[in-house]
Amino acid sequence: MTSFFFQLLQALLMVVLAPIAAGFVATTKARLQNRCGASIMQPWRDIRKLFSKEVVLAEHASWIFRFTPYVVFTATVMAASVVPSLLLDTPLSLTADVIALVALLALARFFLSLAGMDIGTAFGGMGASREMTFSALAEPAMLMSVFVLSLGAHSTNLTTMIAHTLSTPLLIQPSIAFALVAMLMIAIVETGRIPIDNPTTHLELTMIHEAMLLEYSGRHLALMEWASMVKLLLFATLIIDLFFPWGIGGDVNLLTIGLALAIWLAKLMVLFVVLAMIEISIAKLRMFEVPQYLGTAFVLAFLGLIIHYMLEVTV
Amino acid sequence: MSASFALNAALLACLSVLIATFAAPFFQAKHQIQRSLLCALLAASGLFAVIAGFSGLLSGGGSIALPLGLPWLPMHLRLDALGSFFLLVIGSLVLPVAIYSQGYLSHEKHLTPIAIFLPLFVLGMMGVVLSDDAFTFMLFWELMSVSSYFLVTHEHRHPENRKAGFIYLLMAHMAGLLIMGSFATLYAASGSFEFSAMREVEISPLWASVAFLLAGFGFGTKAGVVPMHGWLPEAHPVAPSNVSALMSGIMLKVAIFGFIRITWDLMGSGDFQWWWGALVLAAGSSSAVSGVLMALQQHDLKRLLAYHSIENIGIILIGLGLGMLLAQTGHPMLAALGLIAALYHTINHALFKGLLFMGAGAVLHKTGTRNMEMMGGLIHRMPWTAALFLVACISISALPPFNGFVSEWLTFQTALMAPQLGGALLTAIVPFSAAMLALAGALAATCFVKVFGVVFLGHARSDAVANAKEIDGWMKVGMLIPALCCLLLGLLPGLFIPLLDRVPQALLHTSILSSLNTASWIWLTPIDAAHASYSAPLSLIGMLVLGGLVFWWLHPKGTTIRRSKMWSCGNPHTHARMQYNATSFSQPLRRIFMGLYQPEEHEHIERHQHKLLTTRVKYIVHVSDMAVKHLYQPIGHFTLWLAKMIRHEHQRGIHAYLAYTFATVLFLLAVFT
Repeated sequence: MTSFFFQLLQALLMVVLAPIAAGFVATTKARLQNRCGASIMQPWRDIRKLFSKEVVLAEHASWIFRFTPYVVFTATVMAASVVPSLLLDTPLSLTADVIALVALLALARFFLSLAGMDIGTAFGGMGASREMTFSALAEPAMLMSVFVLSLGAHSTNLTTMIAHTLSTPLLIQPSIAFALVAMLMIAIVETGRIPIDNPTTHLELTMIHEAMLLEYSGRHLALMEWASMVKLLLFATLIIDLFFPWGIGGDVNLLTIGLALAIWLAKLMVLFVVLAMIEISIAKLRMFEVPQYLGTAFVLAFLGLIIHYMLEVTV
Repeated sequence: MSASFALNAALLACLSVLIATFAAPFFQAKHQIQRSLLCALLAASGLFAVIAGFSGLLSGGGSIALPLGLPWLPMHLRLDALGSFFLLVIGSLVLPVAIYSQGYLSHEKHLTPIAIFLPLFVLGMMGVVLSDDAFTFMLFWELMSVSSYFLVTHEHRHPENRKAGFIYLLMAHMAGLLIMGSFATLYAASGSFEFSAMREVEISPLWASVAFLLAGFGFGTKAGVVPMHGWLPEAHPVAPSNVSALMSGIMLKVAIFGFIRITWDLMGSGDFQWWWGALVLAAGSSSAVSGVLMALQQHDLKRLLAYHSIENIGIILIGLGLGMLLAQTGHPMLAALGLIAALYHTINHALFKGLLFMGAGAVLHKTGTRNMEMMGGLIHRMPWTAALFLVACISISALPPFNGFVSEWLTFQTALMAPQLGGALLTAIVPFSAAMLALAGALAATCFVKVFGVVFLGHARSDAVANAKEIDGWMKVGMLIPALCCLLLGLLPGLFIPLLDRVPQALLHTSILSSLNTASWIWLTPIDAAHASYSAPLSLIGMLVLGGLVFWWLHPKGTTIRRSKMWSCGNPHTHARMQYNATSFSQPLRRIFMGLYQPEEHEHIERHQHKLLTTRVKYIVHVSDMAVKHLYQPIGHFTLWLAKMIRHEHQRGIHAYLAYTFATVLFLLAVFT
């Protein structure tokens, strides 16, 4: 029961922390560019403001458009809740393994793209077309790179996979190195960061994610923005879980959890500083260079799989 | 007692459709009665098939020899676990399609051909599944092929429909010939047409491979495996939509059934050779990806769905191929898992593809067009159709909590649990097939965002679509049943898999039940909970609770929603044609996979005096099927050339013909004595 309670707490922490994480990235970026930047609480303030604002819907928006923010938010939060951040052994993690987690995110994206097409503006369709095209290439690459670790652990359950990584001696395995690089590349695509997409852009012909949200307002927009922030935190935590899980709490007591929290936050900060550095030092890719980038990620992940079979399997 | 109950129900199912066929000509003048009788008898047949399938799986079937057919060979019928499962698949789609047809055929002028051939077609499929000797099998197989030819060419006044029908008939018969060759090989070894004798006999590896290849290419042609799929995107769109639902939903599955029957059952997993599984896996992977890639470039709704059938057959074959590889390398448990994944996808695809074709039929019925570029905004005009179609779109895109996800999840698990199989080719092909499965799934989601977005969302692109009306009650009910089944199969795989498990029990003598967590139907754990687990009910409940809480929290009293004009960048004149359409949606993919598609693009720009003053732009793009271009057309040309070369041989005198006969007799004597 306590572990059940802590799991809910862990999920809640992910959701509450997500806007702060997004704010942290934005502030770090600003500081690195010698700007002062907004406080890291700014995304929280934006969301709160949006929640109290009125909703304006386009005239012939269908129920899909109003239904989508809830689907996107719940599917993303559901996916986030099965990713262990503080505690290793959480009962609800069994509900969905990594494949289901990827599929939950795909469900959110499916509805998001439909909402983009619902209004019938060219921007919405453009965003939907690009989002689905790029994710069609990113999603298999992500699955492949997760499978590299699944094969070693003989499991697709995150808990078992983390436990396996923790129990094996620290060796640099080439397959996992490939998987890590691929995963980092995919995480940038999936969370819509530079050099693929830019979350701060509005009304550019190269926008992807923002193009689908153009018609949203009020609480609907707040939910969508919040969901994309949760997704950023989810991917960071997933990378930590899969590749650097050391420090995650093994049993339920306050000391281990406190320690796990501190270690998790420290790892997140490192990842987000790296993300901010990437974002300020690279220009956005041209739209049709993205498939090459994604193809590279896919091939790297696939090579990781092959290398795992060829070199590392001991029969 | 109950053993014969299942078989009796199956025979009743066959009898109902037989009566429907023979009754049809008597009511030619009375359309109402003819249609109602047809639909009622079809529905009864579907219901009996479902009952027979369930009871056959639960309590075993039985066998019977009917004194029909050749004098020395009575018609052997038998209902085993495999047959029961496929009978269940057939019944579970025939029943809703029958209800749907009551509405769909209401304006059909030429009902009699449909009333005769549709029941015959269903009878053929049921007979194939029930047959227990090669002769009966081929008899029903040809009945299925020929009667569906008449259904495909139902609107034979359009020349392209006749052409599609001809290609279909040609390839169906080529497939039939190959399958007959496969049975002949087995007959040569066993000396009997009966399946029981074929099962017993030991067959040499070489002849086993011959039989496998003949069966693989024969059934593969009928199932639409790339590159033998050429007939499929031609024939499915032109058939009436209720027929295309049956053809795509279950006729392709009957081919899968035939393949499993010959390879897994008659030859048995002991005879598998390592390259069989690898070949099936390669065929499955290439069909899955190329099917969905071609589907993405279609703008004819039914043609697009036909290409998706190729993709899904590929996914089924990936499961089967993994099962064959694992069975051959001595992992019967995992082989059983692969087989179950394939069977699960079989029934899933029957349900959601049937539903999709019925939805496409509803749209076609109410708007008169299959061209997606003319549609848009139908969610406002046809809300029921849209909602039910959306269910099928989510299911086929393999998204939780619907059924497509469960079967793809099981296939992934089989691929991941497969140990190292030895040999570089085998080592590489298992992860490769998993990668292709992931790619196909993600591309399918892209394609169905396009389908639903272009057809049902946005603004109407033509007047006929803007004034479309909702479908009637019969069609709604016909579509509602498979939609509910999609949800149930997605939520409760734990209840359904024990039923499916009877098939590997019979074919492989293993069961995955011990590892499946039977104590609780909430969980799906194919090996054990530590390896992999998924709980659709819990994740759905979690999402409902969470979504409900958020909704409740965000809707305090007094918040209203304001409707306003959509934002158009300040341009007051928006037009429905400014929306992204099917062609523009798939433009990025067309550019990425340029080498595979080789699109033919034509751009026509009209200018007014100066090159900057563009008045009109016309852009035409055509993506043709590579297999047709580089395989079918050369074969066709070669055949014509050959015919031209030997044409003059036909015009010889009688002595030349006598010489031909003599030479043939000599040749046959030399070979067979």
